[in-house]
Amino acid sequence: MSAERKREILGFAVAVAIVAALPVVTRSAYWLSIGVFIALHGIVAIGLGLLLGYAGQVSLGQAAFYGMGAYGSAILTLHLGCNPWLAMGAAAVATGLIAYVIGVPTLKLHGHYLAMATLGIGIIVRILFNEGGHITGGPSGLPAVPNLAIGGFAFDNDLRMYCLAWPIVFLQVVFSRNLLRSRLGRALRAIHDSEIAARSCAINTAKAKVMVFVLSAVYASVAGSLYAHWVNFVNPHPFSFPFSLELVVMVMVGGAASIWGPLIGAAALTIIDQSLLQLGHVFPIAEDLDIVLFGIIVVLVLLFMPRGLVRGLSSQEAERRAG
Amino acid sequence: MSLAELLQYLVTGVTVGSVYGLVALGFTIIYNATGIINFAQGEFVVLGGLIFYSLYVAAHLPLVAALVLAVAAVALIGVLMERLTIRPLINSPVVTLIIITVGVSVLLRGAAKLIWGPEALPVPPFSGEHSLFVGSVAVHLQYLWVLGLTVLAVVGLRLFFDHTIVGKAMQACAINSEAAQLAGISVSRMVQGSFALSAALSALAGIVICPITLASYDGGALLALKGFCGTIIGGLGNGLGAVMGGVIIGILEKLGIGFAPQGYAGYQDAFAFVVLLLMLFIRPSGLFGRQRTEGI
Amino acid sequence: MRCPYPRLLIASCIVGLAVALVVGGGCAKPQPQQVPGGPPKVGEMPVPQPAGEPIKVGAIFSVTGPGAPLGEPEKFAAEMIEDAVNKAGGINGRPLKIIIEDDQTEEAKAVLAAKKLIEQDKVCAIVGPTMSGTTLAIVDSCQKAEVPLFSCAASAKITHPVKKWVFSSAQTDVLAVQRIVEYLKQQGTKRAAIICDSNAFGQSGAEQLRKQLGEAGIQIVDEEKFATKDTDMTAQLTKIKAQNPEVIICWGTNPGPAIIAKNMKSLGITAQLINSHGVANQKFIELAGDAAEGVILPCGKLLVADELPDSDPQKATLLKFRKDYEAFTGKPVNTFAGHAFDSLQMVLQAIRKAGDDRAAIRDALEQTKDFVGITGVFNLSPEDHNGLTKDAFALVVIKNGTWTQVK
Repeated sequence: MSAERKREILGFAVAVAIVAALPVVTRSAYWLSIGVFIALHGIVAIGLGLLLGYAGQVSLGQAAFYGMGAYGSAILTLHLGCNPWLAMGAAAVATGLIAYVIGVPTLKLHGHYLAMATLGIGIIVRILFNEGGHITGGPSGLPAVPNLAIGGFAFDNDLRMYCLAWPIVFLQVVFSRNLLRSRLGRALRAIHDSEIAARSCAINTAKAKVMVFVLSAVYASVAGSLYAHWVNFVNPHPFSFPFSLELVVMVMVGGAASIWGPLIGAAALTIIDQSLLQLGHVFPIAEDLDIVLFGIIVVLVLLFMPRGLVRGLSSQEAERRAG
Repeated sequence: MSLAELLQYLVTGVTVGSVYGLVALGFTIIYNATGIINFAQGEFVVLGGLIFYSLYVAAHLPLVAALVLAVAAVALIGVLMERLTIRPLINSPVVTLIIITVGVSVLLRGAAKLIWGPEALPVPPFSGEHSLFVGSVAVHLQYLWVLGLTVLAVVGLRLFFDHTIVGKAMQACAINSEAAQLAGISVSRMVQGSFALSAALSALAGIVICPITLASYDGGALLALKGFCGTIIGGLGNGLGAVMGGVIIGILEKLGIGFAPQGYAGYQDAFAFVVLLLMLFIRPSGLFGRQRTEGI
Repeated sequence: MRCPYPRLLIASCIVGLAVALVVGGGCAKPQPQQVPGGPPKVGEMPVPQPAGEPIKVGAIFSVTGPGAPLGEPEKFAAEMIEDAVNKAGGINGRPLKIIIEDDQTEEAKAVLAAKKLIEQDKVCAIVGPTMSGTTLAIVDSCQKAEVPLFSCAASAKITHPVKKWVFSSAQTDVLAVQRIVEYLKQQGTKRAAIICDSNAFGQSGAEQLRKQLGEAGIQIVDEEKFATKDTDMTAQLTKIKAQNPEVIICWGTNPGPAIIAKNMKSLGITAQLINSHGVANQKFIELAGDAAEGVILPCGKLLVADELPDSDPQKATLLKFRKDYEAFTGKPVNTFAGHAFDSLQMVLQAIRKAGDDRAAIRDALEQTKDFVGITGVFNLSPEDHNGLTKDAFALVVIKNGTWTQVK
């Protein structure tokens, strides 16, 4: 077993241990809910990280795919009486198809055309949610989305949801890791370094990029479905452009060059955000400053660790060892 | 639809569109200098309007003084942004720089809310609340200010780029920064200049439109997105194309409202983005752009 | 790091700072001031200091984000009440602690805020959230945790169907539209156009307008929409103008409706503009300027408190609230602050009656009768968790920059 493989397994074990420890330490719905949100945002961010870190493309419409999952689940369960698991699967397939249709023409082009196309798609999709009348519930949304359940066991509280969402995250991490070791993964890395060089090695670059994009959309859709079945309510607002940007920020802050980076970014931003909100209770002067401080922190992290927390920390560690 | 109605849509569309155009031009200048899409562009627009409000309405400065000072203040903010957040990272991947502009926009928006509060603020039109009527087509006097200042800014910029050393140097950097550096041009100074110029243009857009739209701390996002659409429709990197793209978006949007059947008016904001997508699928280099060849 | 332009940097810092100071000084945020005359005097007797474990009430407001113009006054109202209650001896002899969370107008943050209040702070009830979306996002959390929630948002979906633990203090659109239609019928209006915000508030208003105008036999000649952040509605109004309606009904919150009033004036449209209670605040007049003149809207009685007859049960409450709020914040009062006041006062009344047990508070809330609030007189029951009637609305017209009741 190589040293790298050992480190990888160790890292995975540490992550599982941390996640498993939280419910043992606290049963507070607040902390568990933060955990669930980190998992949901993490699922989307990992997908986005693959796209950004390995295919070198940005999506500015990931919130829309997250929303398609949420709305797909809500609409299929509420209007058609669909089983929630089935709804989740159907929404993911539909989202993947839509991503494919967008990806094929834009990813053929060089440059950040995918970013622009996804920006447009994101805004159009949000307007469709808003104008969907009876089907989407319009701007005031659809309440009473049912919980996910296995037999009589419903994932209807924060602990149960926590125990559902995190195994999904870990499955996703393993799957993504194996994917990167596959032919597709090698193709992606080649594209990231030089697309033309990759193409001259007979790699179908457009196809590889489309695959990753579709995968990232499907991840987002699954996370969106989990959101809908957990919060039991969907409305258009959470799925708009600012959240798409926030997701990209998560990936960049965490570091796009590793699978763990985006997850750590999602965790870091969610925790910083909540801490800043709570800081206002301790120091009244910070009460109005939370958003400004949040902006400052994001800028500082990127300034001093332009490759993100994961790469930033590990390279510092490497330097220390070398010195 | 009567002719008067059609003309009314066109007049409004061109006015709103020229504001999109100014913002689009701002995007283009920074993009040409650095390759960055600056997500804080909308905040420049907003800060222009808000600082102008403080100087013109709250501090009772004369119109021209308030206008110039507000534009200068926002240009300074642009310079500071470049100096503090972009320059230290200028060799990082472009995506990192783009995301840092997102961070700056969050920061600026938060600061604007702290200083000016969450509610919109009224700014009186420069020449009073009057309209000219041409037949039954109404032209608000502020529209003339918007159009006039836009034309002035675009022509001024053209002259600056074509006839001054600094302008030519900036263009040289946009075309090939390494070659420009070899020719003795300070690229980093030109990048700084592009941020100043871009911020100034966006501030101007924010100032001229705020008597119509009111000034508020979070009103810039939509304007910036539409401006960005204009940038792409005009062909990313093409300054004049960006202005035209903005105007086209403005006109299409207003005509879209006019022609929308009953009950579909809610889709008006989707209009600009549908055009954006069509453009990307059919002619990704934009209306006025050239196809680029790529290198390794 | 080498600094190539130290002078430029320093100079720009100084100028930037100067600009910030000028700007900041020009419109500094008013700090909450002390209510003149010290704490409210109860029969000139020294007030006993509250003692013991504080009673904790949670509040979730959209202090930042798009909902901030509504959420900020709500927060001020809650702070004012906490201050006043504690100076007057607390609740049942115990100090009152209101824990205010900012949901930043985001559904996910509202969910986290609710869970924090329920689990970490162990509050006995929650007031808010500000918006309909954030309220509906936490309804389920409160239902499951069995915590009373008293929302400040207006969507009919919050209280219809009735949810055991959820109440709302804002007037629903049903009542506001009733008041407008009643007026239009009196005037013999035949042709109306509507222009509504595409958000939840505007569209639930549009739905009611379609329904009730239809029932009254008033034709809707055109229906337009605008996005909350739209900056120019000339095109929509041009379209409406071509249909030549007698009245234009606009449904939204600032600044959209103010822009519409101004656009109408610049287009030379002479139809009567009717607005919703969403702009029943001084801000609308300030933003729309001259264009606000003659605009008719339904609003809570807060704005016309001076004009009310002394027999009106709300008059004294309204005048006192306005005086206290303006003294506390230095800002003009508005109806959103009133929603927070009503929600919170009803919760406090229930706590006084039933103690700080969540279930007991809920039961007591449901029994609330003839509570004289800012928005209206509330009569809650197991079938009605909103408890207002259309008498909660006065119809006002804006004249000379102020509000007068339409007779």
